[in-house]
Amino acid sequence: MSNIRQLKERWMHYFFFGIATVSITILLMISLFLFAEGLPIFKIVSVKDFLFGEFWYPTAEPPDFGIYALIIGSLAVTVISAIMSIPLGVMTAIYLAEIATPQVREFVKPVVELLAALPSVVIGFFGMVIVAPFLQNILDVPTGLNVFNASLMLAFMSIPTICSISEDAIYSVPTNLKEASLALGATHLETIVRVILPASISGISTAVILGMSRAIGETMVVLMVAGGAAMIPLSIFDPARPLPASIAAEMAEAPFRGDHYYALFATGIVLFLFTLIFNLVADHIAHRYRQVGEASL
Amino acid sequence: MQSKKTDTIDSRDQDTSRPEKALKAPKTLDIAQTAAAIRSKRRLRQNAVFTAFRIAAVINGLALLIIVYFMVANGWRAINWTFLSQAPMDSMTKGGILPCIVGTLALSIGALVVGFPIGVASAIYLNEYARPGRLLRVIRLGINNLAGVPSVVFGLFGLAFFVIYLKFGVSLLAGALTLGAMTLPVIIGATEEALKAVPDTYREASLGLGATKLQTIFRVILPTALPGILTGGILGISRAAGETAPIMFTAAVFFTPHLPKSIFDEIMALPYHIYVLATAGTEIEKTRPLQYGTALVLIALVLGLNLLAIIYRSRLRRKMQT
Repeated sequence: MSNIRQLKERWMHYFFFGIATVSITILLMISLFLFAEGLPIFKIVSVKDFLFGEFWYPTAEPPDFGIYALIIGSLAVTVISAIMSIPLGVMTAIYLAEIATPQVREFVKPVVELLAALPSVVIGFFGMVIVAPFLQNILDVPTGLNVFNASLMLAFMSIPTICSISEDAIYSVPTNLKEASLALGATHLETIVRVILPASISGISTAVILGMSRAIGETMVVLMVAGGAAMIPLSIFDPARPLPASIAAEMAEAPFRGDHYYALFATGIVLFLFTLIFNLVADHIAHRYRQVGEASL
Repeated sequence: MQSKKTDTIDSRDQDTSRPEKALKAPKTLDIAQTAAAIRSKRRLRQNAVFTAFRIAAVINGLALLIIVYFMVANGWRAINWTFLSQAPMDSMTKGGILPCIVGTLALSIGALVVGFPIGVASAIYLNEYARPGRLLRVIRLGINNLAGVPSVVFGLFGLAFFVIYLKFGVSLLAGALTLGAMTLPVIIGATEEALKAVPDTYREASLGLGATKLQTIFRVILPTALPGILTGGILGISRAAGETAPIMFTAAVFFTPHLPKSIFDEIMALPYHIYVLATAGTEIEKTRPLQYGTALVLIALVLGLNLLAIIYRSRLRRKMQT
C-alpha cells in the first residue's frame, strides 16, 4: 500500500516537473520555427546585406531585402519612448512606495494596472484618430503619424512595467536603512536619493530594461501610429517603420514560402533576438546584484 | 559601493560647513537664523521634488482617463442592441459586431483552457517541489523570456507551427493555442503569488497529520490559494481578449458571414476588427463611429475583467490580514 503511494507521489513529482518545462519548450520551439522559416532568405541575401541594407522593397523586381531602416525605426521609437517612460515610471514608483498614503496607494496602483491592461490596439487607435490630428495641427508637421507619436503611445505602455517592478524594488529596501538615514538628520528626499535609490538600483535597472523590451516588441501601436515609411527617420516628426510593424503589415500578402515570407520571418528572428538579449541582461542584473538586505549597499 | 558611502559622508560635511562658518560669529541669534534658513531651504527643495513625483503619478491617471474618455465620448452613441446582436452589413459600413464579440470570447476562453492547467501545474512545481539550483534557474529564465517574447513573434510562431506545420489552418484552435502560450507566464506568475501567500504552517500541519505531499497540495494548499489562482485566470482571459498581433495570422479574418461552428473555423475578433476598420476598410472615415463603438466594447470587456480581479484581490488581502 505505502509502496503504491510512494510510487504515485514520485510520478506526480515528475508530472509537475514535466509541465513546468512546457514554457521553456515553447520558447525553444519558437526559436526553432523562426529559424526554420527565416534562414532560407540568407541564400539570397547575405546576413550583412540583410541587416545593413538600406532599402526594403520586398515586392519590387528585383526585390531589396535590407532591414537597416526598420532596425533604426525600432531603436528610435524605443529610445525616445524610454526618455519619456523612465522618469515618469520611476517617479511614479517612488511616489507609490515612499510618499503616497496607504489610501492613495490603494487607489493609484490599480490605475497603473488598468493602464497596463489597455489593449494595444486601443492605444494605437487612440494615437491614430486623436493624437495624430492634434499633433499635426499644433506642431504644423506633414503627418501626425510619426516617430514622436508612436514613442508617446509606447511610453504609456511601458510605464506600468517600469513602475510596478521599480516599486517592488524600492518597497523591499529594508526599513532600518531608511530609519538610520532619517535619524542622522537627512530629510526624506535626501534619504530617497542617497539611500533608497542606490539600494534598489538593480531592481530599477531590471524594470527599465524590461520596459524597453516591451516597447521594442510592441506591434499594434507602431503598426498604426508610426507612419509606416521604410526610411531612416531624420527627425522625430518623420514617419518610420519599426520591425514589428513591417512583419504585421506584410505577412498577410507575402506569398507562402516565397522570399518575402522568409524575409519577414528573418525580421522576426532579429526582433526575437533583440528582446531575448534585453531579457537576459535584465535577468542577469536581477540575479547578479540581487538585493540581500543591507549587503547590497 | 564603498565610494558611495564616503561620497555621502563628504557631501554631508559640506552641508554642515555653512553652520560651522556661522559658528565663528559670536551672535547666537545668527546661528539659529542660519540653521532655520537651511532647514527651510531643504524643506522647500523636498516639497518641490515631491510635487514633481506627485505630478508624475497624476500623469498616468490622466493618460488612462483621457483614453477612456475619448472612447466613451465617441463610442457610446454607436452602441445599441443592433450593434451588439447583428453581423456587419454592407461591406462592414453598417450592422453590428456580434461575430467579433463571439470570436473574442471563444478565443480567450480557448486560451484559458490551454494556458490555465499548464500554468497552475507549472506554478505548483515551482513553489512546492523545486529546490533552488541550476535547474530551477533555467526554468525561471525560460518563463521570464517567454513573457518577453513580442506578440508579433507569437503570431509568426503560431503561423509556422499551428497553422502550417500541424495543418490546423487559420482557425479558432490555432489562435487559442497561440494565445494560450502567450498567457502562460501571466497565469504562472499569479498562481505562484497565490501559493506563496499560503502560510507554511498549513503545509506543516497537513504533513504532520500524516498526509502525503500530493494530498497536502490538493486538499490544503490549492483550496486555500484558489481565489488568488482564479484572479490569475481572469487576468489571463483579459490579456488574451485584447491581443491583436498573435491572432492576425492564426485565427482572425477580415469578414466571415457566420458564427464559428467548430474549432477549425476562421473567426472575427474585436481587436482585429478595430484594426481592420481603422486602417484597411474602404470607407475609413464613414465607419469611424463603428470603430469607436468596437473599441469601447473591447475596453469595457478588458477593463471590466481587470477591475473584477483587482477588487476581488484587495478584498482577499483584507481577509488574509484579519
